[in-house]
Amino acid sequence: MMNDISMAAAGGAIIGIASVLLLWLNGRIAGISGIMNGALTRVPGENAWRILFVAGLVAGGFFYQVITDTPLITRTDRPLALTAAAGLLVGFGTRLGSGCTSGHGICGISRLSLRSILATATFVAVGMLTATVIVRLIGVPA
Amino acid sequence: MTHDIKRSIAAFICGLVFATGLAVSGLANPDKVLQFLTLNANWSPALLFTMLAGILVTFAGYRWVLRRGPIFSDTLHLPTRTDVDQRLLVGAAIFGVGWGLAGFCPGPALTALSSLHVEPFLFVAAMIAGSLIEVRVVPGS
Repeated sequence: MMNDISMAAAGGAIIGIASVLLLWLNGRIAGISGIMNGALTRVPGENAWRILFVAGLVAGGFFYQVITDTPLITRTDRPLALTAAAGLLVGFGTRLGSGCTSGHGICGISRLSLRSILATATFVAVGMLTATVIVRLIGVPA
Repeated sequence: MTHDIKRSIAAFICGLVFATGLAVSGLANPDKVLQFLTLNANWSPALLFTMLAGILVTFAGYRWVLRRGPIFSDTLHLPTRTDVDQRLLVGAAIFGVGWGLAGFCPGPALTALSSLHVEPFLFVAAMIAGSLIEVRVVPGS
């Protein structure tokens, strides 16, 4: 438990460092949903860095698994229909709500943005409610 | 080297560092995320510490950057909106349902593609579809 918490905090600090680096180097907010949506829309001069950021996200996961010899995902027996429905909702909701865990939860709260504070409170509360109810309803245990 | 190329290299490195943080914290693993989101006897507060540490570092670092300005860009591209509208909260709530269903949010799902499991691929494809549907059905997006 303690080890889990120190790793969780260390990982959070590294996420923070990456967010600060992106603002310092490129003047950009590290909001992943926004970067991904931007990468899907053609804007001259603005696509390359977004695509490379996403490439870095994938490559980083790959290097982590190779270097530490630990898998990123430990369970793969959840219903695929649930995963697909979840993806649709996350894509729709983050575009409508202008951000996700990174953009609102880390960067926005750090800028003391009221919008981001309220959005984060909302998605954490609804996320907890959904996960807790789903376990009861269909018995997919966390 | 043009600023465009420098920005792209910088973004790639930031993505690498960001993914490392996601992997180290456990956020890239839906199991750990669901252990935080599911309120039962197995509840784990670990990801709360991820958020707190992330906010602490970003809060301090952003203040430092705001004084200095960016290196490969003429301006800081910061969001300017301050109004809390229905769109923001409904969007956050819909996102919350999806997050609670599968334990994936956008960054971790992209990083988890590197596991080569089918779940993150299905999730990311659906996420892109959801985002494109939003643009088509919600006026003004």
